[in-house]
Amino acid sequence: MLDLLQHLALGFSVAFTPENLAYALLGCILGTLIGVLPGIGPVPTIAMLLPLTYILPPTAGLIMLAGIYYGAQYGGSTTAILVALPGETSAVVTVLDGHQMAKNGRAGAALAIAAMGSFFAGCFATLLLAAFAPPLAEVAFKFGPAEYFSLMVLGLVGAVVLASGSLPKAICMILLGLLLGMVGTDVNSGVARFDFGIPELQDGIDFAVVAMGVFGLAEIMNNLAQKENRVDITDKIGALYPNRQELREAAPACIRGTLLGSALGILPGGGAVLSSFASYTLEKKISRQPQRFGKGHPAGLAGPESANNAAAQTSFIPLLTLGIPGNAVMALMVGAMTIHNIQPGPQVMSSHPELFWGQCASM
Amino acid sequence: MQIKNQQDFWSGLMFVAIGLGFVIFSYSYDMGTPSRMGPGYFPFWLAVCMALLGAIVTANSLRGEPAEDSAVGHFDWDILFLIIGSICLYGIMLDHLGLYVATPLLVIFCSLASHEFSLTIAVGNAIFLTVFAWLAFVKGLGLIFPLWPQPIAEWSTLAQITIPLGIVIAVVMLVRRIKGK
Repeated sequence: MLDLLQHLALGFSVAFTPENLAYALLGCILGTLIGVLPGIGPVPTIAMLLPLTYILPPTAGLIMLAGIYYGAQYGGSTTAILVALPGETSAVVTVLDGHQMAKNGRAGAALAIAAMGSFFAGCFATLLLAAFAPPLAEVAFKFGPAEYFSLMVLGLVGAVVLASGSLPKAICMILLGLLLGMVGTDVNSGVARFDFGIPELQDGIDFAVVAMGVFGLAEIMNNLAQKENRVDITDKIGALYPNRQELREAAPACIRGTLLGSALGILPGGGAVLSSFASYTLEKKISRQPQRFGKGHPAGLAGPESANNAAAQTSFIPLLTLGIPGNAVMALMVGAMTIHNIQPGPQVMSSHPELFWGQCASM
Repeated sequence: MQIKNQQDFWSGLMFVAIGLGFVIFSYSYDMGTPSRMGPGYFPFWLAVCMALLGAIVTANSLRGEPAEDSAVGHFDWDILFLIIGSICLYGIMLDHLGLYVATPLLVIFCSLASHEFSLTIAVGNAIFLTVFAWLAFVKGLGLIFPLWPQPIAEWSTLAQITIPLGIVIAVVMLVRRIKGK
């Protein structure tokens, strides 16, 4: 416990330097701005803003990215509530009850509940991250090449199993990713592979480039291709403060969502989407008035919203300790770390303690 | 034979094509043996696996019940061409025309892809983004790249052909777009 406090103190001392705070704020603002754009969730947002962090020192860069992530996620919920356009899959559930609340003239309250649920879940899951990461990392330290290989296979298999859609197609996409990774100089023989005589390709295809193309451009083109399916923004946002009854209904859902989200977030591949759906189902199951769900029940908003935020936090656990990205966002984070010459994995905690704890505290 | 699942059919074919492409390319590298792999070994077998799996996906799409809702979405070639084309053109333009000319052109060309194209907004956005790029990359990061156009005589042959061609195509589209209103 004392250790934990010491670590957190170190983290806060890093995170609270004025410049890091400024970067976190900047990241949040940028993230929210872009996340509010309908159809653009955290993944394209991070992909687009990734190059901006190149010049920052690693800690500041990652803090800013984390800020972008949270900003984008909250921005996504905002559009989900106001115009029923989820910015990302995990916000789909938010639409169900959140948008209904907005239609009932309680848009302000819905936004506030979403924000409070997210905040509570975020704080709780961060503590959990701080408490559980060191023991897990200690185990990971004993890993040799064989264990790392198995872990890598587990990560890839996890990606296949949890991918929605057909199995062979998921495997094909993983093979495609591996093949793209083949471009560049072969580590063993030093031969430049698939470079077509272009010197720039000898370093391999940059991660940010792939991310930009796959997540950024594809998303933009997809949005452009979908003509005119705009929804009017609900004209009245209404009072910002939820009334007492809404609070009473939302609070327990929020706690349950947090716990559920934290647990599911640790699983590789699961993350935010799974937990928000699971939480919605749970709330509906245990509610005394299940028929009110889908018509603007605060619990149906607070539960999933906290769950997906808790999961977003705890999904950093496998990434920072084992080096396995739990979802696309985490994969982008790995990319960001690699760009800053940091090998994600258990070494992060020992070789860059300021980075790890700085990141924890910044959340 | 009837295609039961359009999406699977085409994505399967795509995987086969990419796999075969990689097979052909990796064949030109030294294979080595399984215990001492050459640079071509790993990509070769990876690509073989991918082509095989792609073939399975394609074969599966021909069997079974017709799947619901499996039509391949309408492919918007205009948008694809405009967005990717302007980005490629930008890559060439930046070196020869410089940041201050290439960036506004990129923004205006890209905005042609939007259904709600408006010249005023496109120009405004172009100015804003150019200023932003100047602030962030030139002032802020101190990156070094050409800012103003270079004399045409110094351009590479590739640029001498593609840049005028690209600009002509884009201007024609722009004029048609404005008249079409």
